[in-house]
Parts: sequence; C-alpha cells; structure tokens
Amino acid sequence: MKVSVAWLREYVDLPELSALELERALVKVGLEVEGISDLGSTVEGPLVVGRVESFEPVPKVKKPIRYCQVDVGEAHGGVRGIICGAQNFDPGDLVVVALPGAVLPGGFEIAARKTYGQISNGMICSGRELGVSDDHAGIIVLEPGTAEPGTEARPLVGLDEVLIELAITPDRGYCFSARGIARELSHSLGLPFRDPALSVEPTPGTPEPAYPVAVVDPLGCDRFAARVVRGIDPSARAPEWMRKRLAVAGVRSINLAVDITNYLMMELGQPMHAFDLNLIRGPLVVRRANAGEKLTTLDGVARTLDPEDMVICDDTGPISLAAVMGGETSEVQPSTVDILFEAAHWDPVMVARTARRHKLPSEASKRWERGVDRELCLVGLEKAVRLLVQYGGGTPGTELLDFDTRPTRRQVQLDAALPSRVAGVDYSRERVTELLQEIGADVVADGDRLTVTPPTWRPDLTDPADLVEEVIRLDGYDKVPSVLPIAPPGNGWTATQRRRTSVGRALAEAGFVEVLTYPFVGESALDALGIPADDPRRAQVRLANPISEEEPALRTTLLPPLLGALRRNLGRGHRDVALYEIGPVFHPGNGATPPALGVDRRPTDEELALAQAVVPAQPWHVAAVLAGDAEPAGWWGAGRPVSWADAVDAARLVVETAGAEPVVRAGTNPPWHPGRCAEIVVGGKVIGHAGELHPAVCAALDLPPRTCATELVLDDVPLPGIVVTPTVSSYPPALIDVALVVDAATPAAEVQRALTDGAGELLEAVRLFDVYTGAQVGQGRKSLAYKLTFRAGDRTLTVDEAVAARDAAVTVARERLGAALRGA
Amino acid sequence: MSDYDPKQVALLDQTALDEAVAAAEKAFTGAADLEGLQALKPQHLGDRSPVSLARREIGALPPAAKADAGKRVNIARAAIQAAYDAALVTQEAERERRVLLEETVDVTLPTARRPQGARHPLTTLMERIGNLFIGMGFEVAEGPEVELEWFNFDALNIAADHPARSMMDTFWTTAPGLVLRTHTSPVQARTMLTRKPPIYIVVPGRVYRTDELDATHTPVFHQVEGLVVDKGITMAHLKGTLDHFARSMFGDEAQTRLRPSYFPFTEPSAEVDLWFPQAKGGPRWIEWGGCGMVNPRVLTACGIDPDVYSGFAFGMGIERTLMFRNDATDMRDMVEGDVRFSRAFGMEG
Repeated sequence: MKVSVAWLREYVDLPELSALELERALVKVGLEVEGISDLGSTVEGPLVVGRVESFEPVPKVKKPIRYCQVDVGEAHGGVRGIICGAQNFDPGDLVVVALPGAVLPGGFEIAARKTYGQISNGMICSGRELGVSDDHAGIIVLEPGTAEPGTEARPLVGLDEVLIELAITPDRGYCFSARGIARELSHSLGLPFRDPALSVEPTPGTPEPAYPVAVVDPLGCDRFAARVVRGIDPSARAPEWMRKRLAVAGVRSINLAVDITNYLMMELGQPMHAFDLNLIRGPLVVRRANAGEKLTTLDGVARTLDPEDMVICDDTGPISLAAVMGGETSEVQPSTVDILFEAAHWDPVMVARTARRHKLPSEASKRWERGVDRELCLVGLEKAVRLLVQYGGGTPGTELLDFDTRPTRRQVQLDAALPSRVAGVDYSRERVTELLQEIGADVVADGDRLTVTPPTWRPDLTDPADLVEEVIRLDGYDKVPSVLPIAPPGNGWTATQRRRTSVGRALAEAGFVEVLTYPFVGESALDALGIPADDPRRAQVRLANPISEEEPALRTTLLPPLLGALRRNLGRGHRDVALYEIGPVFHPGNGATPPALGVDRRPTDEELALAQAVVPAQPWHVAAVLAGDAEPAGWWGAGRPVSWADAVDAARLVVETAGAEPVVRAGTNPPWHPGRCAEIVVGGKVIGHAGELHPAVCAALDLPPRTCATELVLDDVPLPGIVVTPTVSSYPPALIDVALVVDAATPAAEVQRALTDGAGELLEAVRLFDVYTGAQVGQGRKSLAYKLTFRAGDRTLTVDEAVAARDAAVTVARERLGAALRGA
Repeated sequence: MSDYDPKQVALLDQTALDEAVAAAEKAFTGAADLEGLQALKPQHLGDRSPVSLARREIGALPPAAKADAGKRVNIARAAIQAAYDAALVTQEAERERRVLLEETVDVTLPTARRPQGARHPLTTLMERIGNLFIGMGFEVAEGPEVELEWFNFDALNIAADHPARSMMDTFWTTAPGLVLRTHTSPVQARTMLTRKPPIYIVVPGRVYRTDELDATHTPVFHQVEGLVVDKGITMAHLKGTLDHFARSMFGDEAQTRLRPSYFPFTEPSAEVDLWFPQAKGGPRWIEWGGCGMVNPRVLTACGIDPDVYSGFAFGMGIERTLMFRNDATDMRDMVEGDVRFSRAFGMEG
C-alpha cells in the first residue's frame, strides 16, 4: 500500500517529521514500512515547465524523432532546441523539461549534447523518467494553463510528495486505506484523528430502490447499496489531485467514474463498482453462480464460474464476479452518461476462495478477504455520487437502494487483568479501558469484566487475545521487560541427533565436505542411475506445483542431488572432490485422505493416529561421493586415485561412528558397478551400499570414470546400547602370521570371519596384510596373509597355546572355505 | 722412603708420569672426531700405554715404595681417563650435532595429504543454536518435512481461506492433505499434542516455499523455532529469551526490539529486530525473525488449557542469520555445494 504523507495530513495533523521519525511512528504500532521516499529529492537540478513552440521531424532516421523548440522561460534562457522521441504532444502544449545540470532518478545526468545532428539542450520528461509513475507511453503533458514556462515543475508532477510504502499484515485490512493508516499514525503519535468516513452525511436508503436488485444469497452479501447518477459529461476526467493520488498508489487512471471508485477504495478501504446503467439488461440479481456459467471479466479473460462464486447478474446472466472483478459487458465506456454505483459488503471467505480459484488477486479482493468495515457502504456511495457530480456533472437519482442484513456487532468479554498476565507488565483496568477506547472500541466495565465491542473497521478483533495485543501494542512493546524463564532440566540432544552430528563430523574430518542439496528430482535422474522400473526408489512423493517440471518429485535416494553437486564442483575446476550429505528421503504414504481434524478441541489419539498414517516415511540417509584423488600427488610421490575401497571405508566409518559393527559383503545394486559394490549389513539387515559407480552411470551423468559413492539408511543403524568395558590385558601378546590359499572368488571377509570364529577367546586381533595371486598359488587361487594377535587376560601365553589357537582358526577356515595353509 | 730407587724404575718416575698425562691430554683434545678419539684410547689407556706399563712395575718395588708409586700411577691414570671422558663428551655432542644437521629437512614443504573436509555452515549454525538452548534447559524437537496440512496450517490457526495461507507459497503434494512444511511451526503442534507442559523446545529444520532461487531467496531453507508452554509465561519471558539468544549469537552488546506484527498462531505477535553492533557498514537494527505469545486457539487445538498455561514462540531464518552474522551475501552459495564455501567455515562455523 502506497500513500502520500500529504494525503494522510488531511486526516491527522502530522508535525514535520523526518523520514526516520515517520518510520518509527509507523513501526511502533505495527505497520511494516517497505520504504519512505521523499520525491522532492529524487530529481536534482533544474526541472521546469516548458511550452512547445514548434517542432520538426528529424530526417533520415527510422524512428520518429522530433526536434522541438521549447520555451522554458526567460530566466532559463527562453526558447531552446530539444530532441524528443515522444509523439503525444502538439505545439502549445505544456511539458516538463529537465535542463542541463539536472540529475534524474537512477543518476541520469542531463547535459546539452549533440543528438541526431542537433544540439539537444535538455530533456522533455515522461512520468517514468521522473519516477512519479510507470507511464512511459509518452511525455507528461500538463493541463493547459497549469503554469507559465519556467515555473518550478516539481509540485505539478507530484515531486513534492513524501511517499510511504507499507506491507499490510493480514489482520490489518483497514490499513489498505489512507483512513486506516492515518488512524494508526494518530494512535502512534497521540494526535486527534479526523475520520474521512464521517466527513459526509450519507443519504439513507429510500423505499423505492435506485435500481431493481434482488440479493438472493445474503450469506455471501449481507449488504448491497446502489445509486444512480444520470447525464454526466463522458469526456470529463478525474481531477489532477485525484489522478496523482491514484498514480502514487499504482492505480492507472481509466475514466472519471472508475477513478472515483478506485480513489474511494484507497481513501476508505471500501471497494465499489461503477456500471454503465444503460448496458444493464433488466433487474440485477446477486446470487451464487451456477456451475459452468461463463463470464468475461474486465481483464478480458473468459472465466468458467464455480457454484461458490458470487455474481451480480442481469437478464443476460452474470455481469460481474462479485467483489473481485467486474465484467466487460457493463463496463463504463467512453460514451457512458448514466452510472450505477454499487457499494456492497461481501463474505471474506467467499472472496478469498473466488480470488484464489480464478487466480485473480485484485485490489478489491485483497481488501475483502482481510475484512472491510461494514459501515462504509452508504458513506462510499455518498462520496462517489458527490465526486461524480462535482467533476462530471449529472444528476443523482433520488432513490437509494440499501439492502441491509448485517448481523449485530460482536462483543468480546475481556478480563481486565489478562493483558498484564500476558505481557508481564502491570496495566490498570482504567489503562486497559482507555487504550481499547482509543482504537474505537466500546467498553463496558463490570468490575474487572470488560465487555468490549470492537470498532467496525476491526473485524480481526474476535478473541480476548486480540484485544490484549491492542493494549500491549498501544502502550508500547518497548515497555515489556526482559526476563529469562527458568526451564526445568532437559535431557540434551537425543541419541539420534547426537549420532547425526557425530557421523557428519567424522566424515568431515575424513576429508568429506558437507553439502545441503535440494531434494527435488525427476525421472531422468533415476534413469541416469540405471534404477529399474520396479525399484522401490521409483515410488516417489510427487509435487502438485514443483519449481521445475523437470524435477517434480522428492528424492528417494540422496545420490541424484549429491552427484549433481559433485558434477558442479568438477565443472568449476575442482579435481579431487569428496562430498557428503545427511538428510531425509521421502517414500510415499498410503495415499489415503487424512481425517478432517477440527481445531476447537484436541483431536483424539485415534484421529491423530489415522492422520499420522498418511504421512510419508522420511528416513534419514547419509551419502558420500568421491572423484579424483583420495590422496594428492606431491613431493612424497604419486597420488592415490579414489577407489571402491574409499567408499566402503566411508560406509564403515559411518556405521562405526554410529556405534555399530558393519558387515561388508558383495552386493549388486544400481547405480553401482556390479563387481565393485559392497552391501553394508548391520544386525542382519542391509542398510546400504558402497563402491564404484557403474561405468554407464558415470557416462550418463558426465562424471569421471570410477567415481565412487556410498549411501546408507542412517536410521536403520540401531542405536548402540551402553558399552561394556573390555578387559585390558597387561600380558604380552603372541603374534603369529598365517597365509591361507583359497579360491580366488572367496571373499576375504569370510576367511577372516572363519579365522575369528575358529581362533576362540584368545584372539585379540586379526589383520589381513597381504593378498597374493600368481603362479606360486596356482590359477584361480589367491593367498591371504593374516597377522593374528593372541593374548590372555590372566597370563602370558605359551607358544603351544598360541599355536593351538592358530591351528583351530585354520581348521575352521579349511572346513568352511577349503582354505589351505600356504607352503604346507 | 730411603730404600726407594727411582733410577731402577724409570717408568715410575714422576716426570715420566706427568709427561704421559700431558701427552694423553694433548692427543685427546686434538682428536679430529669421535673415531679419531676412540683410536687414540689404546695408546694412552690401553695395556701398552705408559701408565699401564708403569703399574706393572709397581709389584717389583720394595714394599715401602709400593704405596707411593701406586698412588701416583693411579692419579696419572685417572687424569688420563678424565681427559678421555671429557673429550668423548665433546666429540659425541659434536657427532650428534652433525647428524642432526645432516638430517635437516625443509619443514615448509606442503604436508596436507588428506583433503580438507568441512561441515556445512548451516549445519554448524543450527548445532550452535541447539547447544545454546540445551544449555538453558530446552530440548531439540523435530518433525517431518512432508507434513499434514492440518499441522502446517489448521492447528496453527491458519484456516483454509486465511490470507496467511496463500501468503506462504506452499508446495503441495499430489497426495491429499500433505504439503512440504512452510515453516518449522508444525512441530509446535506435534510437540504440544504429545507432551504435557512444561514444554521448552527449539526446532531447527528445513522448510519449503515456492520461491525461485536467487541471491536472497531459495525454495528450500532452514528455520529455528522456539516454543515454551508453562504456567505464568509472559511476553517478558519471550523478550528475555530473545535477548539471551541474540547476545549469545552476536556478542554482549546485541539486543532485540519487538515490533507489533501478525502471525495467526501467535497473539500478540511481533517482529524481532536485532541490534547488531558488528554489522557490516556499522551497527544497526536488522529484521531477524517473528515471535509472539502462543495463540490460545492453538493451545486449545492441541489439547492444552489456555486458562492454565500460556506460552511463547519465535522463529528465525538460519540462512538469514548466516547472511548477516557471517556476511554471506549470496543465498546460492549455500545451496550449490561448492567445496570452497563450506571449507571456509571448517568444522564449527
């Protein structure tokens, strides 16, 4: 909402205020200031009225350019030549000229310069060039006789104004008007307020209607007033001051009648409508639309109406989408002489739904859905008629229709002590009463029980809490002291939360960089990963209104966005990149419609359980990707490229940091290389995969060959129990090496498990230190060399004991896997 | 000592002994290095050295002369041994010095073989905030990102046709009644429905709105929500909590200012401005977040008696906090995942 300070001064006697003081005053009562601009300072240097004496077209240029002789007054050197590209003026017209030395908004400096073969000694300005409107269709042409050439032009084009731009919160619909903003400023500064709604005595309704109207749905429209003005001058324009105020508010001037309704909407907050009386066929009916009914609104869009929409109809059908936008057929025309003004009061919920349904947020609808003062219909009508007669001539009809089914005004019971209890500030009952009266409420006190009737322009004040806010706000939020509450002892981060932090920290310390990607993915991303059609990862939560149609679903795996981040880094010239992400993925829920839960009480546990069942599962995953070198080349020697082992090691790091023991075994799962994919198992459950990506995936995603990745379902790693302290033996270990020859396809992990199982209690550690394939062990065989560490907790082991344990380990490996002792 | 006859035993002559000591001292101190010194040892202290040969002669002396001769030989030998030990210390120190000198490396060679990892600054900032509130006795609560419409809106007093709902630019799923949460506030409702007061929680988390990504907007961003529900909670407690939060994050001189505003789930509502002394371009007020006293309607919908309990809630944008706290100027850096961005923040942000 944009409004000039000069306009507000009509309703409240504002002292001279700096922009900062003004902003403070507005902010204090809760109006959010988007900007305050002093237009007087936006154009520097000489800006004067000029009169076009003559012009001639500049020859030999494609665009029509005029070389004009403009009189800018004796004081500025009389007549001078100026080049101008606009066509909307004639000799004798008064225009606005920026003379050399002027600086227009945006730092555009005006100087005498040679253009199109002529010296252009200044510039004839458009509204947009001066920053006073968005009009750039032509230059500003002042009304004849406005001023003599050479006159200071700023006041004539609104460049003496101070403009306020406010963001209006949904509870303050009445601040979408000069009336509302001025009232709030009066509260803020403690100044008297002159209500423009009280500036005229409205004509009451007459027994005979101004026009036959039947309101058949008083729920959608509880008040409908109308009056006719006949015989206006169709060429009459809105006065300069009105057009200026509309321009400031960003409203285009259309014609006198429409400008008046728009002006009154800006002044009072009451949206109104002007019909061409002679284009209405038969009596008006105000009703809900019939399903499938059509209406072409003023914006030229043919709309199919919904049975919830309210429409104003004549014999031809709907002629106006009530409260949102008028229709084309009854629109005021350049030839219109008879006007029917309508001022009504519409149901906010209906308007909100209609505006949203038809994607038609209009100046009117945004006021209606936030609530409009229901007392304004007759005032608006009276003012509209007077303004129209004043500036357009014509005769008002004597009849005035006032269909009025307004409910009685609502009352709110308020405990006078409640504001003090909420704020932690002591307000006396008298102070509470005084502040509520200040905003226009009627207050009747019975001891501490206050019966408050909120003002008609505040339909948002429905609950005691709303009144409490008014009291605290007007007394000043700055009076609220600062006191720390004392919380009961808490339990700190949960185990799940701590684990996410630990895992993230461990990965970061291992050289991975965390990224937080968008969870949006498309089918093509899963195609690129080679994920088959029946894979559970293909079942996605889909968005009805995605940012991009290419990515209309939520991720079921962290890899697509994470690999995207990897590619972006590589594209920016990073060669060795290791990234990780920890976050939720999304699996579709059961698709059922959740039960309708009310808000007037707590839903039952059964209702909540039913609703919760609809919520998609959103388990937290952790994923890591690597490309380039795991260790760089340097003065120490060659680099070490990333390999499947780094990915598996990342998985191991995650699981161990999470407090569990991973089991690694061969697996196959897209997008991994079928021969280089590890399945990570915890507690018998596969929780994810790690290894090298399939070459086809690297190719499809334009990633370097042998890019590696890990993805685990972090939530599937069971939370660790309390750790049982191990016995730390101080006796010396017995170290025995053993080399086993097994089939080349035998997983090393199984050999190790067999050794561990066979060695028994005395085994402290087992470490694979060499893998050998070659002639010595035979085709299709491999040798695995392990270092076994044996130790007892209560004695030094004898050689015999250690050898016996080793033999037991080897025996199990032989029995399970056919392992043979090398060299035996 | 009348029967002593030095002529008979020239080796025991005192002059000879003194010469042997002087020769040894000279030889030892003149040794070029440790090996040279060790090579000289037999000549002056070995079996064929003058003092050893002299000792051998003592046995042939008359008993009366033995003690005196033995004493003098021992003194000479001890002097030679001492000279040797001293020279040895010197030479060993010299040897060690030379070895260490030879082992000198260029310690300014690059040593970083392990790539530098980092956590995302939004993660560390949320952790820092969580730690702060845990220190105050709060707990950290969470909720789903794909959320029931009822929790995201209705329970928070945002009815279906409320203008605030359309202002939130909501992502809708194709499944009925489910949205991507537009704020962390649904966790307020979830918490109140499952826990009895007193409730002291903060909720850091990811939220969604249908904004296009640019320098100052992103459709996916993070908030931290605070909720307190207890007996006798006032707006003064809200102010006190915010002030502490501000000082902890922005230094002791930071303070907050409440401006009247509107949120459906709080009444009264306020915008939180932050006085940020370290702001780039000088100290100033910065819009930080929103807050208010929990609307009694919300308490009612969540099964908490508003006549017994009251509460406050607040919410801040994490990205926004990072932007002015760490002078991050472009939102895109936070979502694109360029390693240079996160690495600058390291492990703690």
